[in-house]
Amino acid sequence: MTTLALRGIEKRFGDFVAVKELDLELRSGEFVSLLGPSGCGKTTTLRMIAGFIDPTAGVIEMDGKVISSPAGSVPPERRQMSMIFQSYAVWPNMTVEQNVAFGLKLRKLPAEEIRCRVREMLDVVQMSHLAARYPAELSGGQQQRVALARALVIKPAVLLLDEPLSNLDANLREEMRFEIRRLHDEFRITTVYVTHDQAEAMVTSDRIAVMNAGRIEQVDAPHTLYTRPRTRFVAGFIGRTNFIDGVCNGSDIVFDRFAVPRGLIENGEALSGKVTFSVRPQSLTLVRNEAALSGRPSVAVTIAERAYLGEFWTYVVVPKEGSLRLRVTAPPLEVYEVGESAWLEIDPRQMAAIS
Amino acid sequence: MTPVADVLAQPAARSLVRRLRFIEPSMILWLAMIAVLVFLIASPLVRLVVSSLQEPETGRLTLDNYRQAYGSLRHLQALLNSLELGVGVALLAGLFGVPIAWAVSRTDMPAKGLVRLMVLGAFITPPYLAAVGWILLAGPNAGWINKLWIAATGASQGIVNIYSMPGLILVVAITSFPYVFVFTNAALDLVSSEMEDAAHILGAGKWRTMFRVTLPLVLPAILGGLIISFLEAIALFGAPALIALPGRFQVVATQLWQFFEFPVRVEIAAAYAMPLLLITVALFWLQNRLLGRKGYASVGGKGGERRLIALGPWRWVMLGYAGFVCLLAVVLPMTVLLQAAFAKAWGRGFSLDNLTLRNFRYLLFEQTQAQQTIVNTFVYGGATAFAAIALALAIAYVVSRRLVPWTNVLTFLCMAPFVIPGIVLAIGFYAAYAPPPLALYGTGTIVVLAFVTRFLPIAYTSSAAGMRSISPEMEEAVRILGGGRLLAIRKVLAPLLKKNLAGAWILVFIPATRELSSAIFLVGPQTRVISVMLFDLSEEGNFEVLSALGVILLVVTVAIAAVGFRVIGRDFMLRRSA
Ligand SMILES: Nc1ncnc2c1ncn2[C@@H]1O[C@H](COP(=O)(O)OP(=O)(O)OP(=O)(O)O)[C@@H](O)[C@H]1O
Ligand SMILES: [Mg+2]
Repeated sequence: MTTLALRGIEKRFGDFVAVKELDLELRSGEFVSLLGPSGCGKTTTLRMIAGFIDPTAGVIEMDGKVISSPAGSVPPERRQMSMIFQSYAVWPNMTVEQNVAFGLKLRKLPAEEIRCRVREMLDVVQMSHLAARYPAELSGGQQQRVALARALVIKPAVLLLDEPLSNLDANLREEMRFEIRRLHDEFRITTVYVTHDQAEAMVTSDRIAVMNAGRIEQVDAPHTLYTRPRTRFVAGFIGRTNFIDGVCNGSDIVFDRFAVPRGLIENGEALSGKVTFSVRPQSLTLVRNEAALSGRPSVAVTIAERAYLGEFWTYVVVPKEGSLRLRVTAPPLEVYEVGESAWLEIDPRQMAAIS
Repeated sequence: MTPVADVLAQPAARSLVRRLRFIEPSMILWLAMIAVLVFLIASPLVRLVVSSLQEPETGRLTLDNYRQAYGSLRHLQALLNSLELGVGVALLAGLFGVPIAWAVSRTDMPAKGLVRLMVLGAFITPPYLAAVGWILLAGPNAGWINKLWIAATGASQGIVNIYSMPGLILVVAITSFPYVFVFTNAALDLVSSEMEDAAHILGAGKWRTMFRVTLPLVLPAILGGLIISFLEAIALFGAPALIALPGRFQVVATQLWQFFEFPVRVEIAAAYAMPLLLITVALFWLQNRLLGRKGYASVGGKGGERRLIALGPWRWVMLGYAGFVCLLAVVLPMTVLLQAAFAKAWGRGFSLDNLTLRNFRYLLFEQTQAQQTIVNTFVYGGATAFAAIALALAIAYVVSRRLVPWTNVLTFLCMAPFVIPGIVLAIGFYAAYAPPPLALYGTGTIVVLAFVTRFLPIAYTSSAAGMRSISPEMEEAVRILGGGRLLAIRKVLAPLLKKNLAGAWILVFIPATRELSSAIFLVGPQTRVISVMLFDLSEEGNFEVLSALGVILLVVTVAIAAVGFRVIGRDFMLRRSA
């Protein structure tokens, strides 16, 4: 079992800083995703962990031993890791079986054991019937499974995946997410998973590290990340949200046309001055008349826009005489016309103060 | 703690050890390859420049070599003649190549496949063989054309004389028009019909469209082809030696050759070669600018839909013209060459009792020197191809993986021989390797070294293109599973590049087996190659044996090119990058 630690990692390409002051620790057997927009340094980070590039500052440790530092690094071939590449990099000159057996052959295992383990692994990824095919004769999803089998069969200390699902169609992608999680539950290999798809990260990961412009903004379990984002970037990147500005005033926090008692907000007592909150559309409820209100903080609103997305409605509402625009979701049967008046209820427990 | 952590704990003390520990073992191989490259390219060039500025005995700095090289009217006249030859060849090659390329690419001219094949034929015919063919055709009085003329008209003299500047221009142009063809054809293939349609809609006719729209679009490519033809012509040795010397005029290449007659005056040759080198470098620079300019030709896009222009009856005229050029370039010279190869005496014509296999028997079984020569040619060609590709592949790998800083310098070095005329390179090689301590003159080594240098750009272009086509992740997948770089190259890169490398091998092997310009300066009695022997035979006037030897060379070349076609695909030799 293996732990991995990145301490103060920085990577410069000339003057350009691709990754800076990056700290991340993985417990043994943990599955951590690096999630962030294109160009934020995910691949660069992963390649530093793999040993293909050296950091310009900081160190990477595996089980407490330094494996990468600016002075030099253990080359990738001696790290006991596996990696699944964005292009899969399944070798077209070898059959499925030869691809999977390659790493075992390098370890000079007896032929019988190699055959045995390859067969087992191909069973796991449901590719046994295609063992003799060449990659050119496989679909994208099948190639991906070969890459997965090839990486897992050597029982690596650490598994690295770089957007392995980005080339697949939507259905297959969804299926493979669960597959990857299933394999992780089976083998418990310490895993770093790079993606820019938040749903993918949420399904697969124990924790997600959200990256932006070369930095990690927040590392947390998917649920925490969604409900308690700590920065504006994280709140906006993971799911949709409303940003509303409030001012602390006595025991209340005052917003445009409504107020929320501090005590109802998590850590509300510690806030001061101007604060921005992230409020998810799902934490807001529309109510047709005042009598039906449940007693949570509320405000009278007018419906400004609406869109029906099948699974739910999305409304944009504006507090009466206010200028704030809030996005709210509602079940299909709660139909409001544009221009109609209604009441908006806010769940203070789901409001997250961000910096 | 691990060794790594251990070492990191004591920063200053063991910094060298620390560095060495992280250096991959394969790095030594890369550094060795880079050293070989620098040695191969830099040493002859540096020697060339240095020896042109030195007194041969004392080694003192002097300009005397330049005074001697340019101090005589004869030498200056040769410079002018080379210029005339180059311009003449470029113009004639354009006249041959451009219309045919247009017809093949854009019109409904029939028999395009055949025309392409003929152009390829002209491409793989060594210029000196074309020259021999044309000597048989248009030698004063004895040549076929002249004999027919005299027989037909009863005139006392022939009408054409190949031993003249126009004759030389014709011979060189028919072997270099394929360059113009390839460049123009590639550019035309990228001009979309829509562009031409736009002109039609505005009321321009077919011909007007061609001259006002299509041609200007591909003009840079045409100029690029013309420049290559020009440079080929001024650097060529074989054809001028066969034609200009009997015609009693000199060009730069033949003049350089004379500096090598006893007593050898390398330093003057080096001084005299400078204009050739400078013009070549300057024109290649110009060509790069021309072809590199963006937004001129619509080159780059896939070029939308393409329709062929219907020429009507004119398509037969076009075919007639293409046929005429192919007749001059391939059919006529090859026919007379074949006739001579199988004749007891070529002047006795196409009769059965003139047929014989004696020339081949003589070359292949009787004359030991000839056997040696044939073996040399293919052994050197093969060795050159293997060595050039090994070196090019290693350098292309280092460049693509950025294993060392300054990778563009490596690319530059690999491509540099492209702009050095073979004859100049040979003089540099002679200056660098003939004197002690290396004293390689007369050995096979110096020939192969020179050939490797000369054809390195071909090998490098192919290798680098192949390397670019393979994602680095293919190799990284090997490394992360525990294999080193060399294993990755052996198990993944090389198998994936197999076709590519086979193509590159052929592309180097073929020119290496016909190379004359640099060989003539470097071979000794034991290391003669076919091209040099052909040249010697022509001086003896033994055209039957010479033709037979030429046929042997061509048959092997064509056989290997045919294998290339099957394995690698049609057109692999006529690609622009090649
Ligand atoms: N070899 C390099 N030289 C210079 N800049 C580089 C190099 N490699 C990456 N970069 C830059 O570093 C930044 C981070 O690149 P990286 O590949 O890590 O992004 P990423 O997060 O993986 O993006 P994507 O989701 O698009 O794959 C980018 O701005 C990129 O342009
Ligand atoms: Mg990436």
